[in-house]
Amino acid sequence: MIELQGIHRKFQVGNEAVHALQDVDLSVQPGGYLAVMGPSGSGKSTLLNIIGLLDRPNKGLYLLDEQDTTELNDRQQALVRRHKIGFVFQFFHLVPRLTAAENVELPLILAGFEADKREQRVQQALTALGIADRARHRPDQLSGGQRQRVAIARATIMRPGIILADEPTGNLDRSSGKEVIDILEHLNQQGMTLIMVTHDPELGGRAARRIQMLDGYIQSDTARKHEGI
Amino acid sequence: MMGFKELIKLSLGAVFSYRLRSFLTALGITVGITAVVLLTSLGEGVHRFVLAEFTQFGTNLIGIAPGKTTTAGISGAIISNVRPMTLADAEALKRIPAVIASVPVVQGNAPVEFVGRSRRTYIFGVGPEAPSVWRFKVAKGRFLPDDDPRSPRALVVLGSKVQNELFGNRNPLGKRVRIGGERYRVVGVMESKGQMLGFDLDDAVYIPATRALSLFNRESLMEIDLLYAAGASAEEVSRRARSLLIARHGSEDFTITTQEQMLEVLGSVLNILTLAVGAVGGISLLVGGVGILTIMIIAVNERTGEIGLLRAIGAGRPQILALFIGEAVMLASVGGLAGLVIGTGGAWLLGVAVPALPTHTPWSYVVLAELLAAVIGLTAGVLPAVRAANLDPIEALRAE
Ligand SMILES: Nc1ncnc2c1ncn2[C@@H]1O[C@H](COP(=O)(O)OP(=O)(O)O)[C@@H](O)[C@H]1O
Ligand SMILES: [Mg+2]
Repeated sequence: MIELQGIHRKFQVGNEAVHALQDVDLSVQPGGYLAVMGPSGSGKSTLLNIIGLLDRPNKGLYLLDEQDTTELNDRQQALVRRHKIGFVFQFFHLVPRLTAAENVELPLILAGFEADKREQRVQQALTALGIADRARHRPDQLSGGQRQRVAIARATIMRPGIILADEPTGNLDRSSGKEVIDILEHLNQQGMTLIMVTHDPELGGRAARRIQMLDGYIQSDTARKHEGI
Repeated sequence: MMGFKELIKLSLGAVFSYRLRSFLTALGITVGITAVVLLTSLGEGVHRFVLAEFTQFGTNLIGIAPGKTTTAGISGAIISNVRPMTLADAEALKRIPAVIASVPVVQGNAPVEFVGRSRRTYIFGVGPEAPSVWRFKVAKGRFLPDDDPRSPRALVVLGSKVQNELFGNRNPLGKRVRIGGERYRVVGVMESKGQMLGFDLDDAVYIPATRALSLFNRESLMEIDLLYAAGASAEEVSRRARSLLIARHGSEDFTITTQEQMLEVLGSVLNILTLAVGAVGGISLLVGGVGILTIMIIAVNERTGEIGLLRAIGAGRPQILALFIGEAVMLASVGGLAGLVIGTGGAWLLGVAVPALPTHTPWSYVVLAELLAAVIGLTAGVLPAVRAANLDPIEALRAE
């Protein structure tokens, strides 16, 4: 359960304060499917970063599974990220010198899993995503769609409850984008909370719930039909 | 938490993925460690060689020379009230309980002639106990007999080189040679001892000390060497020798040096030598360390995206720190290992190719050098790694 109350995030750029998030209230139930839409610079990525505990709000309360996350120190936040959250990025963020399997293995290494356990899990994940035959390939030997699948395998290898996908199809052609969305939605159907940033109204339309952002505010939220303009 | 094995694997992976760059960076450390190992091997080789040269005369020795060496320098013969050191002194010193033998020593240079042949050589005026004190062996005949020290017979023992030069294959025993105008009968020939620090020990002859004193027109012996019993304390023997001589001379106008002290001083001088040449190698290691520092700073700048990603998938700051320090240590250790191989191999080759250059590579130095390389990597890695760990993850992710 994700609960944001009165979240503010401001960046100081020179003399100017950029309000990336303003007065954001948002709850997402476990297993929910939320599309975050809005123009560039409206605060979508900042919202995801705060939910993913990569960033801290300047003001407001963020409860994750009833726990106040603002009280967690650096190390504890890292642990929460490791176990509860999986990130998927527009630019994949694969480590170029590591093979697909090694990229997927990274979170398990950080968490201190034993070698045989790691191998077994990685094999499983790659197979489930249909890229088992690419296990020994490095990212530059993979297509965009395959790279994003590796990234999804890595994001889910720790079996987190939440997937945060920031424009996951932004760098893909339509058909591989569609495949990636199918994979993410399949994970959502298995019970993972899916929060996805997208520009594409068609993709957004597939989500059970959409929020529209503008200048750091949540402008509209399909779960609250009577609000907004 | 991340296992140590995995940390090493990840660090090594990064090191090996930037092949050329890592190679060049590690090369700096390789050169440094090679220099350190090679130079300390040489230093240690010289150390052992010199000590072996000095201990070949035995270790239970005490030397007494006329004149007093003070901390201000040698005042010895310059100050007038130095009484000559005499054969009687040498005899008296024998009465100290732990003293086994006492050898008076006078040394000089004179031609030795035998039927038309002549050779200028070292003349040692000594007592009959010289071979036992200095661990010399007689090859033919015998050493100087135990004559009355005040009026010994004109007998001489030849060093092997002098024998060869003057007699060739002929038997010298019983022959008469002329030294400084006086005739001496050859009673023995010494076994060959070879060289010591460039000094040919075989190019010498031994005659009774009293005769050498008059030959060189001296009043005083140049030295008295005492051999004491194996278990006895050098300090105790020299204390007794000091009070005995003070009683005879009226003041302390002589200097006592134990072989122990001498070896100690020599050892520490040689250690400083080894350390100094090691430090010269250390400078190139320092340069190698700066290379690692530079390349790690570049690596952190290039891989901010990777750092952001690692943070996103749950790496804490300590883990980022460990990864980058690990990488720097790996770079240095791999470079150091190569340096060890080249350094020890080079020292060995040098020893084989130039036998005159003694080399010795103690294992402790090898281990220390590798540890040093790792420590340099660690030190050079800290700053870049701290920078990496302190990166703001969202900034790092936006960087790509
Ligand atoms: N680290 C940062 N430093 C300064 N400004 C930032 C930073 N991150 C985001 N911003 C600003 O905050 C606003 C929202 O950014 P972002 O959340 O990335 O928008 P979106 O993802 O919707 O395009 C933008 O104006 C952006 O320039
Ligand atoms: Mg964005």
